[in-house]
Amino acid sequence: MERRTIISFVLILLLTAMAIYGVVSQQHPAWLTNLLFWQPEASRNLDFQLGLDLQGGLQVLMVADLPAGQALDSQAMETARRIVEKRVNALGLTEPVVQIQGTERIVVEIPGIENPAQAVDTIRETALLEFVEPPSNVSLEMIYMLQTTQTPISTTYGLTAEQLQAQSALTETMLFKTVMTGADLANAFVTRESQTSQPVVAIEFQSGAADLFSEYTSSHLGKNLCIVLDKLIISCPRIDSAIPNGKATIQGSFTYETANQLAVQLQYGALPIPLKIESYKAIGPSLGAISVEKSVRAGIVGLAVVFLFMLIYYRLNGLAADLALGLYVVLNLLLYKLVPVTLTLPGIAGFLLSVGMAVDANILVFERMKEELRHGRSLLRAAEAGFSRAWTSVRDSNIATLLTCAILFIFGDAFAASLVKGFAITLAVGTIINLFTALVVTRTLIRVAFGSFGNWVQKHSWVLGL
Amino acid sequence: MLNFVQRRRLFFTIAGILIALSFVALVVSAILFEGQALRISIDFKGGTLFILHFTEPVEESAIREVFVENGHISPIVQRLGAADDNSWQVRTRFADTEEVQRILDGLDAQVGAVDRALSNWNTVEPTVGAEVAQQAALAVFVAALAVLTFIWYSFRKVPHPFRYGVVSIVAMLVNVTITLGFFALMGILQGWEADALFLTAVLTVIGFSVQDVIVVFDRIRENIPRHRGESFEMIVNRSVLETVHRSLATQLNAMFVMIAILLFGGTTIKPFIAVMLVGMLSETFTSLCVAVPLLVVWEERDHRHSLARAAA
Repeated sequence: MERRTIISFVLILLLTAMAIYGVVSQQHPAWLTNLLFWQPEASRNLDFQLGLDLQGGLQVLMVADLPAGQALDSQAMETARRIVEKRVNALGLTEPVVQIQGTERIVVEIPGIENPAQAVDTIRETALLEFVEPPSNVSLEMIYMLQTTQTPISTTYGLTAEQLQAQSALTETMLFKTVMTGADLANAFVTRESQTSQPVVAIEFQSGAADLFSEYTSSHLGKNLCIVLDKLIISCPRIDSAIPNGKATIQGSFTYETANQLAVQLQYGALPIPLKIESYKAIGPSLGAISVEKSVRAGIVGLAVVFLFMLIYYRLNGLAADLALGLYVVLNLLLYKLVPVTLTLPGIAGFLLSVGMAVDANILVFERMKEELRHGRSLLRAAEAGFSRAWTSVRDSNIATLLTCAILFIFGDAFAASLVKGFAITLAVGTIINLFTALVVTRTLIRVAFGSFGNWVQKHSWVLGL
Repeated sequence: MLNFVQRRRLFFTIAGILIALSFVALVVSAILFEGQALRISIDFKGGTLFILHFTEPVEESAIREVFVENGHISPIVQRLGAADDNSWQVRTRFADTEEVQRILDGLDAQVGAVDRALSNWNTVEPTVGAEVAQQAALAVFVAALAVLTFIWYSFRKVPHPFRYGVVSIVAMLVNVTITLGFFALMGILQGWEADALFLTAVLTVIGFSVQDVIVVFDRIRENIPRHRGESFEMIVNRSVLETVHRSLATQLNAMFVMIAILLFGGTTIKPFIAVMLVGMLSETFTSLCVAVPLLVVWEERDHRHSLARAAA
């Protein structure tokens, strides 16, 4: 046996041992995960990443909803993305993804979420908080009625001087004067009122605004100041004393969740671009778990049959192919952890399918080898001829598969379908690894086998299925 | 030696029948479903799809009623799986998040508790759907073009590389037609709808549909200089027989995996896998029984012409 063969055999054994360790072991030492420099530092790990369809969750696709003719500013889009991301992160869920897709869309993926409807509201809604002064001729009863019936009111916020004039001419009696807005806030958080332990939203103004607020409250003692959210009155407390430090609380009929939602919306401000939800998908978490279980079972059965077929049909060669195929499976799984590749249901199907197709290269070689043996070639020469002659076919059909994967991957973006991309990635990764295992590994195994007991094989040609 | 290529009349007839049946399925589907030769899913036309798992047995009419009450006039309500799964699928027009919430609350109150952990819903705006459909058509076109270019490139050294490319494309078209026909049939029988995954399957089938062709053509390329005295038909026949073992063995392995997924895998990807399975089966057939004999017909006719010219 050649030295080169022995060296590659040993290297393959080492690689196999390493790959098995990486895939099978659940706990990995910190120094090992720290080597994964291409993964973001905070989340370096060697775990399988499951897609939304496998662990359940929410996917929302939003599009910039600008009036016709208004140009989309990519800077503003990025700001919108960051605000959405902050709001999503504030929900306190693990590993949300917020990405800009194309130029005008933002996709949000939140795995393992329990209340998708509320999350959607938190993400999308812009909360415009205003402190408004009721017009002098509106009675407290009237205001109370507006509050209980949740009737939208008109405020002076955002009106130009001309609009203001036009408005006041029309509805002078009902225009509320905006004193401050949520844009002046430094902080907003949920707390509980000390006496009733009702959840309330505590707010703090930025220092400049705090002075303004202090001035206003001291000059309007005894008057009412309404807290208005998105043009709806939340409450209209009476100013009993000046508020010097810019701190206030918003009381309303909040649950802890709704109070938190409001605080998040206040804190992270309004979106620079209005966003419209184009599609959203909610997947129950248990559904995903069932899918994983079923896929694993299907995979084991399918692969077992492939292994058996190769062993029965190609005997000794089949055994070499099976060993290489085992390495193929392990290497794929290892790469999914290393890269990491997010596994989806179609992604797993793509992987299983790639295992079925992976043996194609070996089949091409073995069929060729049999032909050469029938022509009376010696064992080793037939093996070498099998590998070198089959190469062009193997190469061409693999390139065709990779081409398809590339097209799927590029267009997968347009379908907003991580499912399509998942399939394309696993199939492509598999095809490339296959070139290594089916050609290099199988070849080395066969060289080792024929090198150590080739004479015996020559006499017992049934072990090659001839 | 078994003369494979000589049976071409039979193969062409079978291919013709399969194509005709596929067109029948597509036309029937178009008649039944308002011009949809394939039933189109919400991915491409917008709308909402609910998969609802109830904790107890419920009535179809009760589910329908809740949707109608919420302004969804004509929901399509179907049972999923066995009766004791209590799983239902509802398709309706686009619903925003508040509508979805109202519907779910309505179902909880009037029909039976919906187990959120085992349910999912997906809603797509019609405009997005149209955009995605456009991209899908483009993807299929690009894929076909890429494969043609690739074949032309890899066979640039054989005489008439263009012919190899053309017959491969013909085989691919036949293959895609049969696959679409199968899907249309399942749409009629089982209510399958073409979604993003279906498109993935079709693109994959297009990619794989040249694999067998490549292997046979590769062998023809190798055999032409080796067997100088033989007719083209003989060479092609020899090449097919030499590679048929490999084609069948490979197909079998891919099929083992796909059948295992069909039998044991999740219900949501069954149509996806079934399309690929049918695509691969018909791929083997169209490669060996359509592409290869077509090439022979084309080359032989040429050959006869040159013989006739030599005689004159």
